[in-house]
Amino acid sequence: MITTNTASRLLTAAALIVGIALPMVLSDFHVFQATQMMVYAIAILGLNLLTGYNGQISLGHGAFYAIGAYAAAILMARFELSYFVALPLAAIICFIVGFLFGLPALKLEGHYLALATFALALAVPQLLKYPAFEHWTGGVQGIFVNKPEAPFGIPLSTDHWLYYFTLAVTLLVFVLASNLLHGRVGRAITAIRDQPVAAEAMGINIALYKATTFGVSALYTGLAGGLSAIVIQFIAPDSFTMFLSIFLLVGLVIGGVGSIPGAFLGAAFIVITPNIASDISKAATGAVYGLLLITFVYLVPNGAWGALTVGWKRLAGMTRRS
Amino acid sequence: MNGIAQQPAAVIPVGVAEGTPLLDVRNVVVRFGGIVALQDISFTIPRGLIVGLIGPNGAGKTTLFNCLSRLYQPTSGEIFFDGHSLLSVPRHKIAALGLGRTFQNVALFDNMTVEDNVLVGGHIQGTSGFLANAFKPPYVRREEAALRARAGELIDFMNLGAYRRHRAGGLPFPIRKRVELARALMTRPRLLLLDEPAAGLNHEEVENLKGQIHSLRDHYDVTVLLVEHHMNLVMSISHKIVAIDFGRKIADGTPDEVRREPKVIQAYLGLEA
Repeated sequence: MITTNTASRLLTAAALIVGIALPMVLSDFHVFQATQMMVYAIAILGLNLLTGYNGQISLGHGAFYAIGAYAAAILMARFELSYFVALPLAAIICFIVGFLFGLPALKLEGHYLALATFALALAVPQLLKYPAFEHWTGGVQGIFVNKPEAPFGIPLSTDHWLYYFTLAVTLLVFVLASNLLHGRVGRAITAIRDQPVAAEAMGINIALYKATTFGVSALYTGLAGGLSAIVIQFIAPDSFTMFLSIFLLVGLVIGGVGSIPGAFLGAAFIVITPNIASDISKAATGAVYGLLLITFVYLVPNGAWGALTVGWKRLAGMTRRS
Repeated sequence: MNGIAQQPAAVIPVGVAEGTPLLDVRNVVVRFGGIVALQDISFTIPRGLIVGLIGPNGAGKTTLFNCLSRLYQPTSGEIFFDGHSLLSVPRHKIAALGLGRTFQNVALFDNMTVEDNVLVGGHIQGTSGFLANAFKPPYVRREEAALRARAGELIDFMNLGAYRRHRAGGLPFPIRKRVELARALMTRPRLLLLDEPAAGLNHEEVENLKGQIHSLRDHYDVTVLLVEHHMNLVMSISHKIVAIDFGRKIADGTPDEVRREPKVIQAYLGLEA
């Protein structure tokens, strides 16, 4: 019998093999899209840690994505740090910002927290344009980042190198998140979502856990932002409007709230669907996108990952019976 | 666990009730606005005993219970647990002191498995933080293995083996109650607070529960305080009973003493004393 644990290991290995082989068969543009998908998957996983597992709703995670992107870009462009150094630093900065935002957010429940985070999503792009910070942020012009070449003379084009670099980061942070969620801390995070009073009676320090989870969530989404700055080599305030926050939430719900692999499916949706929509009708992309979204939510209410596991279980059940 | 269901009731074991009481409630008053919910309640829980807290609906049992688990702060009075003042301890540190509890309407983590629910009870037995859990060094693996071993033991003790991987939210009420009990035991309590453990159980399940309460006291060396409506259960398993009515203590003694107390009879049957 295949246990859930072995099944998820097999699946991870299979996905990794596909991930390694993919650039050999895809065009450069599609490699770039695949890279972007992984970046969004990390961002969605970050949102999932907070909203899916800990039950704190955020409508403003685009703000942490922006902060991560700017932190990485400023460290690379203004301080001339290598992206190997800039990326983890940007992630740590986002952890601190997220933790500090999470502390006062402890007083806010449900919809009120959603509004407070939404305010963050509205405020951050404006602040990035603010003239007083222009020396650092580049104002409306944004920041250009040098094209990161493959190190140690690895014979890869930049696009392919960035793909593999992103793949490695993605693998690392997904494994770490999976470890975190399947241990003592992950159980505490989920217990707080399900029954805060009982969680506290079991000795869980709710304030500390919620604020730290907020920090870790911001770290993940900020890391994704930092990666995007490296991958695209240019950032500007208009890349981080409140629509970004909404799209991350769309990706979370489509992929599956409270599922780790679902983040990839959600990311695929937010990267691919706009293209499909504009292929179908250039004049009404919004309407087509909306229609696709409604269809999707109606057909798979538990998210794509939930639907896949249910389908798999049915299939496995059928083969066992026959 | 079926063999121990029919135990003789309430003989105070020799030696266990000696020394300072485990819980010492002194002159506790709770007021909500102008309403007095508890008026000068004092009683003690000696170590190793099963103590019942009874009273008609609205007597103040749940209010008192919530003071013990720190959900309410008494207006005045003191509560000592093993000599320490309980009222200055934050809520999330109560479990580490040795106070475990169950909830009247069962408060499980519904989207988690039975095993994970019980494992959350072991939270205070662990020390690993976010970073350690993400990177899983050997000590975290050992900590997790030890927790899982103990959770498995308690799952077997409460006859929950068949439900280990089931989502807690989908289980029938009596089973959910057993999961809650296993989770509470996982905190390694010295005092176990049971809030109406028999509510919603049928006759046979109540008989089972009696056996379980007896054997958990014997196996895990816990003192038990049960708040209960179910007279048969309280009278047959408690060594000591505290009765309250309208926020005041009206009796405190062995089940026989409390049963004969005119104020208790009046409170329950409404007779003229």
